[in-house]
Amino acid sequence: MQDHYEARFAAVGGQGILLAGDILAEAAINYEGLYALDSPTYTAQVRGGPTKVDVIIDKNRILFTRTTAIDFMLCLAQRSWDRFGYDLKSDCIVLIDPFLVHTVDRNYRVYELPLIELTKKEMKKMVYTSAVALGAMVGLTEIFKPESVVKALLKKAPKGTEEANEKAFKLGYNSGRELLK
Amino acid sequence: MSNSQHLGRQIEFMPGNEVVAEAALAAGCRFFAGYPITPSSEIAHHISKRLPEVGGKFIQMEDEIAAMGAIIGASLCGLKVMTATSGPGFSLKQENIGFACMVEAPCVIVNVMRGGPSTGLPTQLGQSDIQQTRWGTHGDRPVIALAPAYLDEVYTETVRAFNLAERFRMPVFVLIDEVIGHLSERLEIPDPSELEIIDRVGPNVPPEEYIPYDSSQSDVPPMAAYFSGYRFHMTGLNHDRTGFPTTTQSICHSENVRSMRKVEDHIAEIEKFENYLTDDAEIGIITFGSSARAAIVAIDDARQRGVKVGMLRPLTLWPFPEQAAFELSKHCKTIIVPEANLGQLIYEVQRVTKGNSEVVGVNKVGGVPIYPGEVFDKIVECSGKK
Amino acid sequence: MPVSLKLENLLRMEHLPHMWCPGCGIGIIVKAMLRAIDAMGWDPRDVAVISGIGCTSRAPGYLNMNTLHTTHGRALTFATGFKLARPDKQVIVISGDGDATAIGGNHLIHSCRRNIDITEIIVNNNIYGMTGGQYSPTTPLGAKAATAPWGMVEPSFDIAKLCIGAGATYVARGHVGSGVQLERLIRGGLKHKGFAIIEALSNCHTQFGRRNKLSDPIELINHIAAKTINVKEAAKISPEEMRGKFAVGILFQEEGREEYCEAYNRLIQRAQATLH
Ligand SMILES: Cc1ncc(C[n+]2csc(CCOP(=O)(O)OP(=O)(O)O)c2C)c(N)n1
Ligand code: SF4
Repeated sequence: MQDHYEARFAAVGGQGILLAGDILAEAAINYEGLYALDSPTYTAQVRGGPTKVDVIIDKNRILFTRTTAIDFMLCLAQRSWDRFGYDLKSDCIVLIDPFLVHTVDRNYRVYELPLIELTKKEMKKMVYTSAVALGAMVGLTEIFKPESVVKALLKKAPKGTEEANEKAFKLGYNSGRELLK
Repeated sequence: MSNSQHLGRQIEFMPGNEVVAEAALAAGCRFFAGYPITPSSEIAHHISKRLPEVGGKFIQMEDEIAAMGAIIGASLCGLKVMTATSGPGFSLKQENIGFACMVEAPCVIVNVMRGGPSTGLPTQLGQSDIQQTRWGTHGDRPVIALAPAYLDEVYTETVRAFNLAERFRMPVFVLIDEVIGHLSERLEIPDPSELEIIDRVGPNVPPEEYIPYDSSQSDVPPMAAYFSGYRFHMTGLNHDRTGFPTTTQSICHSENVRSMRKVEDHIAEIEKFENYLTDDAEIGIITFGSSARAAIVAIDDARQRGVKVGMLRPLTLWPFPEQAAFELSKHCKTIIVPEANLGQLIYEVQRVTKGNSEVVGVNKVGGVPIYPGEVFDKIVECSGKK
Repeated sequence: MPVSLKLENLLRMEHLPHMWCPGCGIGIIVKAMLRAIDAMGWDPRDVAVISGIGCTSRAPGYLNMNTLHTTHGRALTFATGFKLARPDKQVIVISGDGDATAIGGNHLIHSCRRNIDITEIIVNNNIYGMTGGQYSPTTPLGAKAATAPWGMVEPSFDIAKLCIGAGATYVARGHVGSGVQLERLIRGGLKHKGFAIIEALSNCHTQFGRRNKLSDPIELINHIAAKTINVKEAAKISPEEMRGKFAVGILFQEEGREEYCEAYNRLIQRAQATLH
């Protein structure tokens, strides 16, 4: 990973995307020896409204609390793009679900993966969306070793869901790798 | 929190508001009373779960006035206590904060600042309660207010808030803001054995000889707990050393002055600040909390451009580090004060720098923090290096 | 307030004489309270008396116990902190009608709801005594007050009914015409485990009486006594006949509902059990 990395996970409330940010940050801190900070959008209406979590990862102590030059953005809703599609670096990697996001600025490095469909089909339960998304992000960006993120994911996963979560992550990860081909 | 037992120094990743709660427990807090209000509520969420685990008590009162009353009551019975609030709730607490000052009850009040006035911006940051913290309740009284900027500091300063409250028998404020309260970051939690924990000093005389405000040994009178066998009276009225009301001018005056001395005479013990590249600075920055985290980035950028700029960052807003600010002003032609309000700390900076420097603000309200670029632009403007 | 030698132990004699007007009912009520405390056989070191602001609220200063004189209307909030910190000790609150039901009304109903083991004595003199006779939530319709020079236009609270409705588990009413009955009612409240309210109808001849042709304390006390009717008698007469009258005695009592601190202690046990 470069010295400083910024990622944004944007969706609508209820998709469990805030958790993905936490897991990435925990992976950075606990398994990569880095510093990490995340700040979720904080609104009264969490369900249904556009939400995001910004994660900052750095080799050194993180100073400023907000993102200013985003390296990676995941977007799972058009409304979320419209609201949060700013502060991106010119070569930002943008991963979208093409069924849910139609209009994005194609000057960024845009990749498309039907994450929701994939999760529905392979995992049957939507609670695994964040694990699939996280896998795809790691596959696509190779920000960390996948093992680091899996460890963090399993630490956070509710008891009894570890296996499914790991499966979801791998599913996302492999799909992310595919996109690079 | 992943592990409630702290073994050794621990790396953690949790939101600022939870850090406050955990630090309070480590400091010995065993009673919390609050009333829900964004963006401070997570402190109550977390501590309502954790306090009973350590045998402590949490109560959600009917409003913030009640919460403030309840913590003072529990404090007077010997417990370490805390409340947490934001914006409108802080306003409501003011009368009883004055009461705590008057009876000299140790307590910690956390204000997770949000935009105002009134209901303002419940879910977004503000740093607009700086002067209210200083002057909010009526009457003259000493004030200690801590303003940590990083979550490690949120932990250590919250612990220190309890220590100062117990040490000086007074309310101590912890001022953070929505950004700090809600962000999670890597922090190191000290081993409990590393933490200095201060408890209030109790009387060393038998009950018959106890005088509740006996300041013959120290400006901080030894404090007995209610129900400990010592029978005494406390009142929000001006009182003499016995605790009973008096209107004798000389006594009211000297007692009021004594309470101010608790802070004035212990500045070195209370005051805390950080100097960043100030030695050769020609432009100074004085800021705190989340705004300081923007300023430090701006300073690094400006230094790369050859601008000699440095920062004084108070961790105690009250008492304000007067001497340090004055020293800085001696070699800075300009001092910039970034704050997420329309100009509050700047008054104090102007006052203590005694005209040595031109003092200018970078001010922003509306719920979005000040960005490094905004401070950077001001530095460049002040340096004349466009 | 002449006191027996026995009650002297409970008083800070050096702080007497008190500041109340001669003939003020507060003295009678405080004396009844002291006799009740004495009858309980409690060690005064285990008893706290907490008040807000007002004439009534000056009482704790004269009592040789754990005493706290807080802010206007907020005594119950401090008392809640006391009781939660030391559930093993006795916590008593004494308030005026304005203190308890106007500025402190919110705390009153919520303390009732919690059923926390605090006994509150509300000295209802139908007026703001200390601040100069402004109307309170219990000033009778038509009565004059400093801020009701044309007569009170707002209806009154029935404090006892309010507390019963809010969940207090012991509600009694007495009056300054009968210190003996008051003592018995207060003792009942002290014995009761849970939130107990004793409303004591009292005379403020200085501020209420003077404005309402009842400036003589004895006359006003008699006037108050004449409006009371024993709760058992009250049950026998029609609502029309009850109009303008106040039932006195124990108006409501419910034993067995869990007290707040006990419920909280059970919660602590549950929380700690999950750790082991
Ligand atoms: C916040 C606040 N508002 C107003 C006052 C002024 N004040 C003092 S006592 C009082 C009313 C007292 O009446 P009551 O509670 O009925 O008690 P009494 O004096 O009749 O015993 C008022 C309004 C105050 N001390 N604090
Ligand atoms: S003003 Fe009224 S309530 Fe106050 S002491 Fe005098 S008679 Fe009693």
